[in-house]
Amino acid sequence: MKSRFLRGMSHGIPICLGYLSVSFGLGILAVNKAGLSVFQASVISALNLTSAGQKAGIDVIAASGSIIEMILLQLTINIRYSLMALSLSQKLDKCFTTPHRLLASYGITDEIFAVCSAQKEPLTPAYMYGMIFISAAGWIIGTALGAAAGELLPASVSMAMEIVLYGMFIAIVIPPAKKQHGVLFAAVIAAALSVMFRYALPVVSEGFAIIISAIAASMLAALIFPVRDLEEGAAQ
Amino acid sequence: MSLAIYITVMAGVTYLIRMLPFTFFRKKIKSRFFRSFLYYIPYAVLSAMTIPAIFYTTHNMWTAAAGTAVALLLAFFEMPLIVVALAASGAAFLLSLFI
Repeated sequence: MKSRFLRGMSHGIPICLGYLSVSFGLGILAVNKAGLSVFQASVISALNLTSAGQKAGIDVIAASGSIIEMILLQLTINIRYSLMALSLSQKLDKCFTTPHRLLASYGITDEIFAVCSAQKEPLTPAYMYGMIFISAAGWIIGTALGAAAGELLPASVSMAMEIVLYGMFIAIVIPPAKKQHGVLFAAVIAAALSVMFRYALPVVSEGFAIIISAIAASMLAALIFPVRDLEEGAAQ
Repeated sequence: MSLAIYITVMAGVTYLIRMLPFTFFRKKIKSRFFRSFLYYIPYAVLSAMTIPAIFYTTHNMWTAAAGTAVALLLAFFEMPLIVVALAASGAAFLLSLFI
């Protein structure tokens, strides 16, 4: 039990380091764009544990958007976790009872999913808890440091840090887009629609523009470039 | 709207999305279209969120464009996420010293 927890923790160290730097940018954004406090920004990170969803959520808060917009936005951006959860649920150890599932599902992120699905043996609760613990710690501490720094850093530095998250998004999209026409197609169409909304239809709020652009682009991509296998697709 | 409501809704929706399939679903999705749609969604979302918003991040189109170009280049050569993210920020900051 204890050794599995430690094993999960050691596998989570690279995730923790990555999260520290990315959530730093998120903390800065929460302070600069939405005017949140260090504590509020940290609570958001502790409860959500997701980069794109939090970024979009902070945008909605900053714009005083509607609750419906918040719900649809989180659904659209985070629906991929359902697919990951689905895939992980197929390779859980027998000791993964319902209470453990309720707890561990909190920590299904892109990176934790990627490391967990690369394991050969069935997943145990202790292993996942170890990985989630150290990753979430990095995520929350990074947010707090970023939010604190956002209040202290000179504007030129904190503005430059706002681009960090977008840099990470680019790093997630480009490698698969190089290899798979469907991903490239979905990304290009989504970007084009998003640009169109911004300049031709500014009445549509930023949140809804993202939802509509992403859903339309993904449906088109799914029609033209259907994916072959669930595991293959989700693991990449 | 109170901040607590925003945060509760945000966290609740995000948790349910993860929890429901992880806890209750034991079969595979059969529809190829739906599987493909779910597969493309994250990339489409990230792309729509990044463009054109990234050009407004640094409050200067040129420094933001420099950061974007560096990120695209490093991502093309499949550098780790942290490297790409920090290099984009570094490029934007360096250029801002000269403008």
